Amino acid sequence: MTDSNTAVSLPMLLARNVERRANAIAYREKEYGIWQTWTWAQAQEEVDALAKGFISLTAARADYIAIIGRNRPAMYWAGIAAQKAGCIPVPLYQDASAEELAYALDHCGARFIIAADQEQVDKIADISSELSNLDHVIYLDGRGLRRYDHSQMTSFTDLQNLGREQGDEEELVRRASELTADSTCVILYTSGTTSRPKGVVLSNSNVIETAKNSCEFDNLTAKEEVLAYLPMAWVGDYIFSMGQALWAGFCVNCPESQDTMQSDLREIGPTYFFAPPQVFESQLTSVMIRMEDAGKFKKRMFDHFMKVAKRVGPTLLDGGKVGFTDKLSYQLGKLMVYEPLKDTLGLRRIRVGYTAGEAIGPELFDFYRSLGINLKQLYGQTEATVFITQQQDGAVRADTVGIPSPGVELKIDDSGEVFYRSPGVFVEYYKNPESTAATKAQDGWVATGDAGFIEEDTGQLRIIDRVKDVGKMADDSLFAPKYVENKLKFYPDILEAVVFGAQRDKCCAFINIDLTSVGNWAERNNVAYASYQELSQHPDVLKIIESHVGEVNASIAEDDMLAGCQIHRFLVLHKELDADDGEITRTRKVRRGVIAEKFKDLVDALYDGSSSIYTETEVTYEDGRKGKITATLEIRDAKVISSKAEAA
Amino acid sequence: MNETAAQQTQEQTLEEYTTADGRKIGSVMMDLKSITLRFGGLVAINDISFNIRQGEIRAIIGPNGAGKSSMLNVISGFYQPQEGEVWFRGSRRPTMRPYKVARQGIARTFQNIALFEGMTVLDNIMTGRLNFMNTGWLAQSIWLGSAKKEETINRQKVEEIIDFLEIQTIRKTPVGRLPYGLKKRVELARALAAEPNLLLLDEPMAGMNVEEKEDMSRFILDVNDEFGTTIALIEHDMGVVMDLSDRVVVMDYGRKIGDGTPDEVRNNQEVIEAYLGVSHD
Repeated sequence: MTDSNTAVSLPMLLARNVERRANAIAYREKEYGIWQTWTWAQAQEEVDALAKGFISLTAARADYIAIIGRNRPAMYWAGIAAQKAGCIPVPLYQDASAEELAYALDHCGARFIIAADQEQVDKIADISSELSNLDHVIYLDGRGLRRYDHSQMTSFTDLQNLGREQGDEEELVRRASELTADSTCVILYTSGTTSRPKGVVLSNSNVIETAKNSCEFDNLTAKEEVLAYLPMAWVGDYIFSMGQALWAGFCVNCPESQDTMQSDLREIGPTYFFAPPQVFESQLTSVMIRMEDAGKFKKRMFDHFMKVAKRVGPTLLDGGKVGFTDKLSYQLGKLMVYEPLKDTLGLRRIRVGYTAGEAIGPELFDFYRSLGINLKQLYGQTEATVFITQQQDGAVRADTVGIPSPGVELKIDDSGEVFYRSPGVFVEYYKNPESTAATKAQDGWVATGDAGFIEEDTGQLRIIDRVKDVGKMADDSLFAPKYVENKLKFYPDILEAVVFGAQRDKCCAFINIDLTSVGNWAERNNVAYASYQELSQHPDVLKIIESHVGEVNASIAEDDMLAGCQIHRFLVLHKELDADDGEITRTRKVRRGVIAEKFKDLVDALYDGSSSIYTETEVTYEDGRKGKITATLEIRDAKVISSKAEAA
Repeated sequence: MNETAAQQTQEQTLEEYTTADGRKIGSVMMDLKSITLRFGGLVAINDISFNIRQGEIRAIIGPNGAGKSSMLNVISGFYQPQEGEVWFRGSRRPTMRPYKVARQGIARTFQNIALFEGMTVLDNIMTGRLNFMNTGWLAQSIWLGSAKKEETINRQKVEEIIDFLEIQTIRKTPVGRLPYGLKKRVELARALAAEPNLLLLDEPMAGMNVEEKEDMSRFILDVNDEFGTTIALIEHDMGVVMDLSDRVVVMDYGRKIGDGTPDEVRNNQEVIEAYLGVSHD
């Protein structure tokens, strides 16, 4: 038996799993309404067939193979097969526009592209003139592609069959055996908030060491079930569904389509689950909307037991002691409300749950924890192969991101920026030595770009904001926009917020309403509206937002250091900030610079005291066409609390 | 169906050709000869002849009350014309009940959606497989071996169609809870479940928004392309008709006033008058 310590590449981990548990389920995918399964042995056969297919297509060592599509077992196999054939897999975001794809494909010089379907193939066809290295496109779903020119196109199964029939087995074994711990495992493009995406090179040891450490931290075993639904191009999915799954040997379940994620989640009932805060938030919103429509009895029962849960749930989860009657009520609530609710949400079997990416609202966080779901926070980035800090069971809080992950060293420099060093630290930015040098020091310390501090009593890290965003206002007081924006976003009515104020005398904000939540409010209160735009400017909606802003101001005012960040004036935007328009990144991070420039007229209006502004905005539709929308936006003043110092 | 193919020789065979986008258009599949349909004294269809060729998308257009839906009902066997002949696959079709017509491989959707509102999407589409269920009620009610096997095969076919039309999310949703655009898609799914050679669509895009129309157009083209299904459709949206169809029949007051490719029809004086109106002075 191969010793686990000698498995230095993902193909070797796969082979190890086949030796240990050839007939255990490795992959599941819902297709045609049924969960189809593949054992480790079958998965290896599929991977080998594809890898030999690559070699038959004259793939050479160190060729780049891009992978574009939704989470499917075949796509994961492609990643392993590429590596086994000596090539380097480059997963890309499937919802990226053709231009965005062109940049990454050209930057890495991809020779082969695995494309999920006609949509992706069409995008590639649009930009093929820019891709001088492109040799062959391999598609998974051939629908609508029958009459395309096949001189440079092959179907996934045809390529596998080619590999099975004419593949060079010896060559494959030779190439696989050449892989070392230092060989490149994958290149992942980060969706930079300010600049062009950068290709983060991760080695085998980055991925495998990180997977090993994090599996040990949470005691993940071959018994876990995960749902692979987050973008394959994102480092998190790469670690959860590739690194950790191969290391621990657990089963990766792929949903039927993006839209069926919620029902597939319920059917699988994962034991290990990751979701960004907005997934949890939309789940909670849908629960609350359904409870609004429920009968009186059910609603009262729900309200009663949720109160109990809120009071004692988190304590019980952390292993604390509560009174006998509380314990009894909680048990009853479990029977009547919590367990059925968790089952509906698909979270009944969760043993370890993580959220990260954005700050999570304490209310939201506590809601899930009070139900007995072990939801924790972690802090990480692509350059660290995800893990920098994470929370231990029993030491979970909404406002921190945990202690350093195993093997990670942490330090805070004088300016407050967080630095780390770990086995997961990336090799380099592909073809970008300047950025590599600027981020990663010779001795391995990496700058996160985030400002934060370590709490003395708990040793947990707290993140304040992006270093470059933390600034000074005109009167030299501290300006931390993300801190304020997060507080705003904790309200279900507010989807997104952008706060301005650097080098200015006061803070002002753009706000995006959440259509699900506000739309439901409108329905219940008989407010008629024809469009997002109309709803966003409704006087009653503005009044609600105004009260939210007022509450946030009150809460900020309590903090002397940040009291200057209170929002004096705000407007509700007439369109949702959209990655297609470049206003946010694909991972939903606000691009401040772009927004400030694009909506310059609105920013100016916020500061020149006008009470409304007429504006025209260019929007990009999903199919790439552009259009214009016009609107007159009302600007409101918010209630600001004068600081304690002034009052005194 | 093979025996009818053998008789095909006697029928006029137009030359096969390939369209600009590479689809094969074959010989005449359905030939309607001098059809006249009367309701009492009202002449709904007045001596109309046209044909539908294997593999083509054939549109029937015309103002309200022109007799388009009646024409579709004649093709599907729901109405029996008083005069004229219906030739299908080279042989004259005798007077036939609609369910027998369906067994010949003709399926349809309705202008006013005709689905079972209380049943799930899956069950609704399963009803389209009726002609493929041969086991008796007894075998089916006690879930006997053959009935079980049959249902598995039928379910698989239905799932392929669900996948094709991308309605996985609503598989278990009762039809009554669906928005209009999706109901239309479910109806198309049910028609496809019958594995038709000829698919009749009665205003598949009525009442849809631009995006839904684009989706539906895509599906119609894909059905034609992937399954090689011949399609006859009635539609009011001229943009859609001109983009989708290979040939167009234009009807007005029960008469045929135009027949040909979209370009020919667009330039036909009589058609323009029927659509734009003309002053009779």
